[in-house]
Amino acid sequence: MDVLVNPTESSLLRFTTAGSVDDGKSTLIGRLLYDSKSIFEDQLLAVEESSKRRGDAHVNLALLTDGLRAEREQGITIDVAYRYFATPKRKFIIADTPGHIQYTRNMVTGASTADLAIILIDARLGVIEQTMRHTYLASLLRIGHVVLAVNKMDLVDFDQAVYDRIVAEYMAFTAGLEYVPQIRPIPISALNGDNVVDHSTKTPWYVGPSLLEHLETVQVKPESVTGAARFPVQWVIRPISDQTDAKLGNLHDYRGFAGRVAGGTFCPGDEVVVHPSAMNSKIVGIHTFSGEEKEAISQLSYSITLADEIDTSRGGMIVRADQPIQSAHEFDAMICWFADKKTLKPRGKFHLRHTTNDVRAVVTEVLYKVNISTLEKSQEVLEFGLNDIGCIRVRTSAPIFFDAYSENRITGSFVLVDEQTNNTVAAGMILKPIVDAFEEDAEVTI
Amino acid sequence: MSAITHLQFLESEAIYILRETAAQFQKPALLFSGGKDSIVMAWLARKAFYPSKLPFPLLHVDTGHNFPEAMIYRDWFVNEIGAKLTVGSVQKSIDDGKVQEEKGHNASRNKLQTVTLLDTIEENQYDACLGGGRRDEEKARAKERFFSHRDEFGQWDPKNQRPELWNIFNGRKHFGEHFRVFPLSNWTEMDIWQYIRQEEIPLPSLYFSHQRKIIERHGQLLDASTGIIPLLDEEIPKVKEMTIRFRTVGDATCTGAVESTASTIDEIVAEVAAARQTERGTRADDKRSETAMEDRKKEGYF
Repeated sequence: MDVLVNPTESSLLRFTTAGSVDDGKSTLIGRLLYDSKSIFEDQLLAVEESSKRRGDAHVNLALLTDGLRAEREQGITIDVAYRYFATPKRKFIIADTPGHIQYTRNMVTGASTADLAIILIDARLGVIEQTMRHTYLASLLRIGHVVLAVNKMDLVDFDQAVYDRIVAEYMAFTAGLEYVPQIRPIPISALNGDNVVDHSTKTPWYVGPSLLEHLETVQVKPESVTGAARFPVQWVIRPISDQTDAKLGNLHDYRGFAGRVAGGTFCPGDEVVVHPSAMNSKIVGIHTFSGEEKEAISQLSYSITLADEIDTSRGGMIVRADQPIQSAHEFDAMICWFADKKTLKPRGKFHLRHTTNDVRAVVTEVLYKVNISTLEKSQEVLEFGLNDIGCIRVRTSAPIFFDAYSENRITGSFVLVDEQTNNTVAAGMILKPIVDAFEEDAEVTI
Repeated sequence: MSAITHLQFLESEAIYILRETAAQFQKPALLFSGGKDSIVMAWLARKAFYPSKLPFPLLHVDTGHNFPEAMIYRDWFVNEIGAKLTVGSVQKSIDDGKVQEEKGHNASRNKLQTVTLLDTIEENQYDACLGGGRRDEEKARAKERFFSHRDEFGQWDPKNQRPELWNIFNGRKHFGEHFRVFPLSNWTEMDIWQYIRQEEIPLPSLYFSHQRKIIERHGQLLDASTGIIPLLDEEIPKVKEMTIRFRTVGDATCTGAVESTASTIDEIVAEVAAARQTERGTRADDKRSETAMEDRKKEGYF
């Protein structure tokens, strides 16, 4: 049943799930979909039939999320799968990422667009290496909210002491992270549904919200909404027509910069700086198909017209004049390496895609790699293989216009594309620009 | 500042993807079937490039098995939004001997569309085709990317897809390869209907309750009024006049109807909210096997 969300008031929450193999992640998602009545009869029937064929003891809710043939045959999740459900209060998009070998690449992918991460722990095993890896990745990707779902509480007799010990251990670990998300621990049993949608009678000692209550009510606000005003130019709208539009008048000279606001707010009359030329101008109009808008807000798409004829196009960036952006062609960044057949070495050359910009890039230096189980930085082996994370210095063929990833997830992120295969081989998060080649060690605040 | 609604987010995301497609590819086309998803996608494309016209044509892969209402609507809509239309014909592929018509009374041209689609892409040198597919539709679609890479044979390799992070979409390709782009990936059926209601988008009459001659076959309500579906002799006396509407509109041979009195968008939204079956539950093409969609997609289906 597709729940009727109020279309004028509902918001959207995007979350990702992480756990090791057999932590019951797919079961939890199946449970959320099932208990929120987001599963249809024909889907349930298909899953029941598959479960019977496989000889599963009960209806295997994991089969709801594992869609590909190989996944169903091997009982694993291969790739990020996106799931959708709604309650009357909110709409949800889940990025379900697998717990096995390629988990880093997939979790980083799912985390890049998530507002919240559910990290599953098997109550019998407690905080294990995987938990720490998943938490480190959520922190690295700057997910603002984490739910620590202590699962399989039924297998430890819903023992509060077990739960309290796990939570304490987890909090101690996260305190050492550079960026600590807001953490909400919840004791659950995904298999039986305890504290997933409804409060469980078996955990009278737990007074917090059920998982779904928390998901419905948690306030998430991307920092980009309140941050500096950023508008990457995607496309220039030039009708080149003498037709007259009912709202815009004669279109002959119409020149609108189309894009999606990546941070902050723009209003007509705002003084702006337009990159790459760094020319000053003023916003004349903010347009959508519905007409003139009073403001352009973060995450929404518009066409913006300027007072002056300024040469910018795809890859350009419009920013508020009082909120300047970094412009540099050399910077340090954290990356996660995605390719399984190739490694990253110093002097490696790539296409770098950042906002709507595409430039050539060379990795001038590999600064360190991070052991994501111990969080230690190492300079012993500077080659990156699949799922490796670390810090590199990049030089680009032309300057790019960016913020630190900690300030803005859109203008602070990039991907590297292999020049031969065209595959996306790395995800990058910018730390700081290298302003002057002669003062590379100088501290730069951005 | 007020938070944006989920429909505002989805609209903006789709417009962003449509603009990325226009910017990253030389010659895109928008796959248009006259079904509600492709109508919403074309509607969003009009918004994305306003006040310009669409920078790409609409492409209809015509199985020849169309409901007349869908064709009337198609021509009206194309004119209304000022788009160009290209048609790829399955009948022509059959006449040219490129595909063979399926035999038997369950025969459908649904699968043949893949060949016609790939041929049309090659003939016109389209390097990206925008599709109205949604991840909530079907389990194989749940693993689909916004920018979905196809090799030179038009095939999809679900185990070797490019990761998509943040707002960054990688449309780089080698000569002869192309992309399928799905701007509505994150929409659900309910989102589509709520958006149609919000925007007051006109739809083909097939979506609304009407009287129609129907034959029930394998639990599906199939059209028996256009003559497109050949009836078995023993089926002829079983044809009934029913009050139905269609939840999806595609090739007439595999589009099932549902009994319904919903004759307005509001009534349809209420009906979708109460539905106990997915919309693809009415599609004969997905009933062929558990991984029917995955198999068709690997070959190059929409």
